[in-house]
Amino acid sequence: MPEKQRRPRRNRVMETTTRREFIIEVAKSSGIAAGLVAGGFLLYTREPISLAKPEARLLRDFRVPPSDLFPKLVIVRGSDTPRMAAEAVTRLGGMARFIDKGDRVLLKPNVGWDRQPEQAANTGPELVGAVARLCREAGAGEVWVSDVSLNDPHRSFFRSGIEQAALEAGAKVLIPSERDFVETDMRGERLKIWPVSRFFHEADKVINLPIVKHHSLSGCTLAMKNWYGVIGGRRNQLHQDIHTSIVDLAAAVRPTLTIVDATRILKRNGPTGGDLQDVVAGSTLVAGLDEVALDAFCLTFLDLEASRVPYLAMAEKRGLGVVDWRQLPHSESQVG
Amino acid sequence: MITLRTIRRYWALTFLGLFFFLLVVADFRGLKGYAVSLFLEMDPLTALAGLLTSGTLYRGLAWSLVVVIPTLFFGRFFCSWVCPLGILNQIVGRSLNRRRPGEEYRLNRYRPLFRTKYYILAALLVLAAGGTLQTGLLDPLALLTRSVAVSLFPALDFAGLRLYLHHPVFQGGILIALLLLAILWANRLFPRFWCRVLCPLGALLGLLSWRALFRIRRDVDRCSGCGRCLTSCQGGCDPDGELRVSECHLCMNCLEECPEGALHFGLPGSRSSVHQPWDINRRRLVESGVAALAGYPLWKSSLSAESRPAPSVIRPPGSLPESAFLARCLKCGACMRVCPTQVLQPAMLESGLEGLWTPILVYRLGYCEHHCVLCGQVCPTGAIRRIGVGEKIGIKPKEKPIRLGTAFFDRGRCLPWSMQTPCIVCEEMCPTSPKAIWYETVTRKHREGGEVTLKRPFVEPDRCIGCGICENKCPVPDLAAIRVTSVGESRSETNRMILKNG
Repeated sequence: MPEKQRRPRRNRVMETTTRREFIIEVAKSSGIAAGLVAGGFLLYTREPISLAKPEARLLRDFRVPPSDLFPKLVIVRGSDTPRMAAEAVTRLGGMARFIDKGDRVLLKPNVGWDRQPEQAANTGPELVGAVARLCREAGAGEVWVSDVSLNDPHRSFFRSGIEQAALEAGAKVLIPSERDFVETDMRGERLKIWPVSRFFHEADKVINLPIVKHHSLSGCTLAMKNWYGVIGGRRNQLHQDIHTSIVDLAAAVRPTLTIVDATRILKRNGPTGGDLQDVVAGSTLVAGLDEVALDAFCLTFLDLEASRVPYLAMAEKRGLGVVDWRQLPHSESQVG
Repeated sequence: MITLRTIRRYWALTFLGLFFFLLVVADFRGLKGYAVSLFLEMDPLTALAGLLTSGTLYRGLAWSLVVVIPTLFFGRFFCSWVCPLGILNQIVGRSLNRRRPGEEYRLNRYRPLFRTKYYILAALLVLAAGGTLQTGLLDPLALLTRSVAVSLFPALDFAGLRLYLHHPVFQGGILIALLLLAILWANRLFPRFWCRVLCPLGALLGLLSWRALFRIRRDVDRCSGCGRCLTSCQGGCDPDGELRVSECHLCMNCLEECPEGALHFGLPGSRSSVHQPWDINRRRLVESGVAALAGYPLWKSSLSAESRPAPSVIRPPGSLPESAFLARCLKCGACMRVCPTQVLQPAMLESGLEGLWTPILVYRLGYCEHHCVLCGQVCPTGAIRRIGVGEKIGIKPKEKPIRLGTAFFDRGRCLPWSMQTPCIVCEEMCPTSPKAIWYETVTRKHREGGEVTLKRPFVEPDRCIGCGICENKCPVPDLAAIRVTSVGESRSETNRMILKNG
């Protein structure tokens, strides 16, 4: 090892302190000490962490004023989904009744699963595209399509055909990331503060586009259960009290309009499906403003009765709608 | 004037950019026919080691010839022109050693320490000949791919770049990151410490350049012996003396530095200096080979998923049987990058030390997406076969689906089984048709009087494919009430429990 070069030692000495310097230096150090004490007093607390909770926001009511001029429930049968959708909306008073010029309209189809349209696990892309077009024709500023998927969201939007249908209709696809949820006060019996996709806070109008499917625990998944797709967090725990949760969600999210896709019905092995043998043709769209009545009507597709689906009566009790849809002004028609 | 160094710099930056670009697009939305495994596939070390472990040259690994053949003519150009880790080391080494004027001569001189990489290469190849592929631990392309996939990209996401919908976490990711940081920091000892001393791929390419015709040549008459060619020499290959061909990266820096114009690249002139062959101590080489040979039975006598089935060693869909898997898996982490749910995680010691950083499925973090086969598409070595969706899910009626394992209920933790609480989220999520999870409806007395009706779930092992979505979505968050273990996996003939399933 080569020896390191040694630096010559220099005997440098410090200067002595004068009285004046001493006083100034003591004053400076005392200032720092005083600052530390003041900071300590300011920040002192008996709580180990800050316990302030972030403020929870409320979802707005997306409904438009009721009108006696139009039916509350519209049933359209046929095979041409875009025409059926247009017919349903026309009978309800036209899209202009629901949408103001420049509105940001959020469409909420069921895009829960990485499945193809024929498997009927997600809302049909034909309906999503048709409704997006109707919104744009009515002067909507922007049309958004969003959902909180259960499978990989990118795959679910892609393989359901909904991404493509939305883009072709001039709508935007908004896939929430985990940073896109805001604490929201649901004001329910079971649901209190839950993270909700921020797009539901930012939209002016919301259109619910569910599909009719079998579900083992609740019996069916229809319009009201479709609101599972607005929340994140520990939503799998809602199954522990599924009927109260469905009613809480339907009470928290009041859509402008609901159009149920009953063109394909998943009758068994829901809500995921996977086998075309479990899918039957329903060839129907059901539109309306009363989600309880819509759900009650759609039970026929699944061979269910309202008495076997407890959330319907619970929702009626809470004033969300009526189970006996025949009471409501309704219309049935055939297209094509 | 456009010099060879300028061309090399742009070339290198292009390849560095290409490397990161291919990793960025390696996800469901970005994969549009890009050859995302290109760098891993053109790695001659992977090709050679894979050839030793399995006797075949798998698919894209034939691309390695694109590196090998030019190396025979031009030498070890790969290290400074193509290798992303080499280029990163060069950039970092340059900035870390900027303010050390006068020391470059010492820093860039050849040292006998540089021989180490040949001994590492020998040990890795002997292990490969025995059937365990460990080159990926130190192969620069596998190492960098793994570091980017499991630590750099997640860190960038955390820092605010939105690369993912859900911030990914990887078990032991920090260890993988620290290895890369240590490699980059080692440039402070002397530039390109990793490339000169440790890199087994560099060693292989050094050996392959023994008969390169085109080299850096020094005219002994014009050279004044000033040593300025050493100031930015990347290989530490003694361009001022008898060039060490196996160490030279063809960085072309010395050509620029020489004030006498004594250096050129190409065929020898009439007064060109002789060159040094590789500097390998034969005794040390044999020692490292023998050490690996002796270590091999020790390695294989340690408990691993190969010697006994391990419940948590659940491999990606299409994976080979465990011993063939270990002979193939490079631990490059490409599958972990492309996996949409981040269920693929680098193993710690679950499958033995031999399986360190190989992919396993950790269902608390993700689940195997039913129709997804991306991991097999990007696997450069075929440890995960390139399967189609039909093969994975088993198109009825003739094909059976690929099973990763089997789900089991932990009835003590299951809400309907022991808490008298309705749930069956697992049944809802189950992707097979008919569902592998079914239930019995029972009515039980409630503790406080009255009755409660519950749906109590069961698993049908014939139908369960082990995708783990049930475990992932189970509302018991810490230790799920339904968990998948590897038993019943398609790839094993022995890890079976039901007689009739053969």
